[in-house]
Amino acid sequence: MASLGKIARRTFLIGSAAIVGGVAFGAYYVTRPAPNPLKPAEGEAALNPFVLIDQQGVTLFAPRAEMGQGVRTTWAALIAEELDVDPDAVRILHGPAATAYYNTALVGDALPGKGYDKSDFMHGVAETLGVFGKVMGMQVTGGSTSMIDGFERMRAAGASARETLKEAAAQRLGVDRQSLRTANGKVMAPDGAEIAYGDLAVAAAALDPIETELRPATEWRLLGKSQPRVDMVGKTTGTAEFGIDVRLDGMKFASVRMSPRHGGMIRFDASQATGMPGVEKVIDLGTGVAVVANNTWIAMQALDAIDVEWDEAPYPPETDQIFAEIASAFDSGPNSTMRDDGDATKTPEGATELRAEYRVPYLAHATMEPMNATALYSGTRLDIWSGNQAPVFTARHCADAVGLEVEAVDVHTTYLGGGFGRRGEVDFAVLAARVAREMPDTPVQVTWSREEDMQHDFYRPAAIGRFRGAVQDGKAVLLDGDIAAQSCSQQVMGRWLGAPAVGPDKITVDGAFNAPYAIPNFRIRGYLAELAVPVGFWRSVGPSVNGFLLDSFVDEMAHAAGRDPLDFRLQMARAEWEPAAACLETVRDMSGWTGKTPDGVGRGVGFTYSFGTPVAQVIEVVDEDGTIRINKAWIACDLGIVLDRSIVEAQMIGGMNYGLSAACYGEITFSDGEVEQLNFPDYDAIRMHTAPVTEVAILENKAYISGAGEPGTPPSMPALGNALFDLTGTRARDLPLNKHFDLLI
Amino acid sequence: MSTQLTINGKSHQVDLPDEVPLLWVLRDEIGLTGTKFGCGVAACGACTVHIDGEAVRSCQVPLSDVWGDVTTIEGLGTPDAMAVIQEAWVEHQVAQCGYCQSGQIMQAAALLAETPNPTDAEIDDAMQGNLCRCGTYPRIRAAIHTAAGKMKES
Repeated sequence: MASLGKIARRTFLIGSAAIVGGVAFGAYYVTRPAPNPLKPAEGEAALNPFVLIDQQGVTLFAPRAEMGQGVRTTWAALIAEELDVDPDAVRILHGPAATAYYNTALVGDALPGKGYDKSDFMHGVAETLGVFGKVMGMQVTGGSTSMIDGFERMRAAGASARETLKEAAAQRLGVDRQSLRTANGKVMAPDGAEIAYGDLAVAAAALDPIETELRPATEWRLLGKSQPRVDMVGKTTGTAEFGIDVRLDGMKFASVRMSPRHGGMIRFDASQATGMPGVEKVIDLGTGVAVVANNTWIAMQALDAIDVEWDEAPYPPETDQIFAEIASAFDSGPNSTMRDDGDATKTPEGATELRAEYRVPYLAHATMEPMNATALYSGTRLDIWSGNQAPVFTARHCADAVGLEVEAVDVHTTYLGGGFGRRGEVDFAVLAARVAREMPDTPVQVTWSREEDMQHDFYRPAAIGRFRGAVQDGKAVLLDGDIAAQSCSQQVMGRWLGAPAVGPDKITVDGAFNAPYAIPNFRIRGYLAELAVPVGFWRSVGPSVNGFLLDSFVDEMAHAAGRDPLDFRLQMARAEWEPAAACLETVRDMSGWTGKTPDGVGRGVGFTYSFGTPVAQVIEVVDEDGTIRINKAWIACDLGIVLDRSIVEAQMIGGMNYGLSAACYGEITFSDGEVEQLNFPDYDAIRMHTAPVTEVAILENKAYISGAGEPGTPPSMPALGNALFDLTGTRARDLPLNKHFDLLI
Repeated sequence: MSTQLTINGKSHQVDLPDEVPLLWVLRDEIGLTGTKFGCGVAACGACTVHIDGEAVRSCQVPLSDVWGDVTTIEGLGTPDAMAVIQEAWVEHQVAQCGYCQSGQIMQAAALLAETPNPTDAEIDDAMQGNLCRCGTYPRIRAAIHTAAGKMKES
């Protein structure tokens, strides 16, 4: 719940605008370089409201990508809570690509600083600096930031709309606004008279929007309670529209084949493909080929029939050589030293020292819906339909690709069949735009094969972690970690903005430097590997690497100290940050953790802090005639304020299963410059029979609201590795774990 | 090359080469997009439909080999008139991204038709070919049990 001081300091204002037959409300940032998006400057047609009321009824805008995390439901509930409408009775739309819909929290979270120690002041600074999100036009869904970004702003938009509608009613009825109530999309007078919002919309548009205090959590009707998801019936009946489901009159179906080495194309011969029944056009894309046909499958078959000679990869062609490059990053100076408590250069006298090196591989996102986009190019306009996490960047890059101004591009964002960071990229939309440019006035859907999708990802970076620790009298006295990897943030910023980010890279060490553990000598340094392997944001990003690296080593330290691994962490967490300790205590109690397991059963604990959310997990494995099965899991997390328990629970379990999939089976390797994994048989995931029975506890001890989409992923990997160590005595220091253990598949 | 198909009780005449998989006939020719493309190699189950009541991977069935009446997710129920199993899916709020759920539901419907009250082990056996990258498995399992109970009542 927002305090009064917080509201006074908040950085956004409410705006309103008249529309045909109604009114629009929005909440925009004060410290913005652009004007009120509801009242665009001359020549700008954009109207980017969060609430729109006209004769058709009430429309709420949730301009964040719905990729399964439930954002459309909770975002709408934030507005509906204060507006007094029933989410069932209103339309909820994604809306257009618009800089007005930028995500302040995403950039605020990129600031250095541990996060969990944010004072009120620091929190304010993060919000203010969030304005850079605006500068960059960052309407991005990611970083588990939607609820942080929308929590106050959307309720304020709803509250202002409500009070302004009440004022319109008050003037019509000749009564005081304070005497009016609102419910179910209507204003109600003391005498029982009711006026629907739609009937007040035109009058409300003539008023200055009224700002008001937000309701306390004790008065919430919707928030804090699990809502039926607005996308559930559609996704259960096959009627929800994903990007791949867009159907337009006269639409053609296409597919692409780009270099499996992420480089250039020397030559191609399409003579076998052009005559195939159903094939309409072969397009030379310079770095690959597209086939347009009357059916997607036919297009894919034709692509297979094209003989192509590819140029070499812009990176070392074999996995071992790539890892050697990553290791060589240690030879240069550190890019960052984001934690340096005490003196980590020497081992305290009398302490027991241990050292270990950990490695994690590149990973693909492997969304269930392969990459695709649909485009219609008319010569002067371009329309793009796609499930994407970054519509403004999509519009900008597609405009550049076809030689149009960004104003001539409309991006229609559909549901996403999985995002996990992959759909924050613009490559699949740009390819569709380029194909459409060769087919003027004909809508074209460009769908990638699964093989194309897996070979052309922006992978979670591989990493190497070198750790030196020391324990004394049962306690950690030193933890010194060096982590080397490619910087995915530098690459992503380079692709989004055309200029790579520079300076200390938080993401490479995220989840390690800000581990809420009190250790007197604690240093984390990051080293950047200069490699051209395409890398990007993968669900939980840096912590997906560092959770396994750091927390596995912490487990080794606990054993070296002769301590129970959960107790060892708990002692360090309690001295640093109480909400972290509470997660560990909760998961200990839920799982009935005793530190001892019967023969044939192993248990491990994992703990990470990521995206503002501490999460502790206990995982239990069982040996069944030599095959190891993940049997049970317990999760305790703290989101500060829980807006929808059912959705958070789903995200925690889903995030964990995504991490376990990677921990068990996930690995992208290279040979002759090409990614060796092509399809799910090479890159499997947790399935019905391999998913653990899971219990989730959601705590609210911490001061700030934080996200749920990603923090469930990082602790799953060390928790599983630690459980396997408990079961077998074998410490796996690299992933995936099926290389070391006979895991159930 | 004209092929006659019965899909969700409706007759369709399809003019496509014999080898085009049923999945792509449904999606790109008939316009029934509820059945999803996931892998093309029968490794994910997103394209699961029924042929004469049997759950099959439509990405592996060439047009000329379709041996009976086809039922897709659209034929199972509609938003206004959902099948019992779909109601159970909504009750348990199963879907996250939702992309795999058509296939999950079609697979589960075939399981329940054959095994009206499945054990967890039977659910494991029947459902392990259906991948869900969002990891919705616990709720899928709960929804199958709920649907089994409701179908027994009715």
